[in-house]
Amino acid sequence: MKQERILLSHGSGGKLSYQLIHDIFLKAFKNEHLAPLNDQAIFNLSASRLAFTTDSYVVNPIFFPGGDIGKLSICGTINDLAVGGAEPLYLSVSFIIEEGILMEDLKMIVDSMARTASHARVKIVTGDTKVVERGKGDKLFINTSGIGVVKEGINLSPSLIRPGDIVLVSGSIGEHGIAIMTHREGIQMESQVESDCAALHELVKDMISRSNGIRTMRDPTRGGLATTLNELVISSEYGMLIKEDDIPMKEEVKGACEILGFDPLYLANEGKLIAIVSKDSASAVLEAMKENPLGRNASIIGTIVSEPRGKVLLETSIGNRSILDMLSGEQLPRIC
Amino acid sequence: MKYIDEFRQKDIAQGLLEKIHKISTKNIHIMEICGTHTHAISKYGLRSSLPSNIRLISGPGCPVCVTSMGDINRILGFCKKEKDVIIATFGDMMRVPGTDSSLQEQRAMGSDIRVVYSPLGALDIARANPEKEVILYAVGFETTVPTVAATILTAREKNIENFSAFTLHKLTPPAMKALMDSGELDLHGFICPGHVTAIIGANAYRFLTEDYRAPCVVAGFEPLDAIHGLYMLIKQLEEGRVKIEIQYKRVVTWEGNRKAQKIMEEVFEICDSNWRGIGMIPMSGLRLKEQFSDFNAERKFAIGEGVNEESGSCSCGEILRGILTPNQCSFFGKTCTPETPVGPCMVSSEGTCAAYYKYGTFNF
Repeated sequence: MKQERILLSHGSGGKLSYQLIHDIFLKAFKNEHLAPLNDQAIFNLSASRLAFTTDSYVVNPIFFPGGDIGKLSICGTINDLAVGGAEPLYLSVSFIIEEGILMEDLKMIVDSMARTASHARVKIVTGDTKVVERGKGDKLFINTSGIGVVKEGINLSPSLIRPGDIVLVSGSIGEHGIAIMTHREGIQMESQVESDCAALHELVKDMISRSNGIRTMRDPTRGGLATTLNELVISSEYGMLIKEDDIPMKEEVKGACEILGFDPLYLANEGKLIAIVSKDSASAVLEAMKENPLGRNASIIGTIVSEPRGKVLLETSIGNRSILDMLSGEQLPRIC
Repeated sequence: MKYIDEFRQKDIAQGLLEKIHKISTKNIHIMEICGTHTHAISKYGLRSSLPSNIRLISGPGCPVCVTSMGDINRILGFCKKEKDVIIATFGDMMRVPGTDSSLQEQRAMGSDIRVVYSPLGALDIARANPEKEVILYAVGFETTVPTVAATILTAREKNIENFSAFTLHKLTPPAMKALMDSGELDLHGFICPGHVTAIIGANAYRFLTEDYRAPCVVAGFEPLDAIHGLYMLIKQLEEGRVKIEIQYKRVVTWEGNRKAQKIMEEVFEICDSNWRGIGMIPMSGLRLKEQFSDFNAERKFAIGEGVNEESGSCSCGEILRGILTPNQCSFFGKTCTPETPVGPCMVSSEGTCAAYYKYGTFNF
């Protein structure tokens, strides 16, 4: 009998588990490390410096404009490796599936992961599946971990930041947050905003190969641009001055934020990075970014300043300055 | 983008600020009633770019903040004893601390409390859970009331029997009158809330100019709106005029939105209401009319009483009345932060303390 939905027995380790792994996961993720179905993947790495990261994905809804939880779980972990200057190579994938989810949906998500990984030239080399009773999870949670190699001579760290350095962002912000919010709440906009979910390692490679003036990079996911900018200076001896007018943003995102009462600077991004670079290398890095489709709308948004220490100042669109703080609590829409 | 970038233009903003500096000679105390104005003024750093003789005082214009401790304790007490209902409320209400708990904590203890972005969201929950009672716990000023009224009318029309509302709506003009009557503040004029006035109409402020000789300007919420509104008000005060002026002409009329007023009048009637920090203000609240008692959670359930105790906590009361600024409260920024709020003014995105905390008081 063909199962249409995931049952508890799919996670039991028995025949149904075996079938699920063979028919869905192995078929999609096929590679020489995964194929033996050992308890671990064994591989050789030539580099002496490795980057290692992990992230869990619990997004609701699991399908959204511009992506799905599967694509997100691959891109997110690739990006965490990439912004450290690493070339991502191998991923692990763990699924926690709620009993009752449609097999078809799971298959679509797994295929999306396989497509994203293959496009990014990373391999899913090990994994795990658990099934929990209906009501004990929310459809599907995914954890991915990733290993990448950091080439000789590449050293990125916020401790390298100096006054006069330039702050760049790789493109327009807030799209993932708005895509999720409008889709979740069933809000119809004139033009649907799509998530920017994308793997950024090729963009990073282009930037690093063009200049050695990159001090540090981050991807502004949860908490948005404002929170990530704060994270970059909070423990440093310097501050940051950001120009609101120079932050790239799509008109649809601006409009949706006005209607929903959100501040776009605090909305999640899943395909953008922030780079802090030396003043001399700013134009070369910006040029390299703009030549890559994922950095086409890259922009210089600010500079590192010596005062105020540990704070981000925003020069607002009307020319006054105010503090740009980290996100506190959740972003909530207006009620009056 | 139409209607956004046009109202954030640097040269016009700086030009207006210069004009304000040029005409301003008197010591002037202006209250911005609305929390959204407080937020915009802080976000765009306006307080520090005005002449030092102009003082902006934030008023009781955040609906979460003015909800009395008694009313917050009532719903919390109800949640503790009644685990079988679904409470639907606006996000800001979740974190407001009562005497010994918050809705957020009650949710963690097992109560079914859900955040809705519109009152109609509560109806959807009721439809999806026909075996459960769903209570919309709604606060808000005149801007929120019409949608809550429309929700109740829809519930009646569609016969959604498992839906009811616990409403704590408040009216803006009576609070302004109470502040003027208290004599605690030496206020010279008001920046009136744009969206509330879009509903009630600018004529609602006649009492300010006629009885209290206080000029007022109804302003929008974009930075240029706020600066332009301030310029208009300061100009009136400098010239000795006492008028109601509408800066936010693209939205606000003298009569307001008749359709919204009608729907409010159909569902709600005026009653006395208890405001945090201010106390009981006559004719300043709204309650469901008798013919909607089937949808009145207070009739359907024994919600019970709540202790209305504010003493010993933070200075939210004084801050709501404009007597103190947030940094004069001994808790502000120390034990009271957005992560660990002591009072509602730090919780709500419209709250005065939250705005002061978030955008800082850094001198450039």
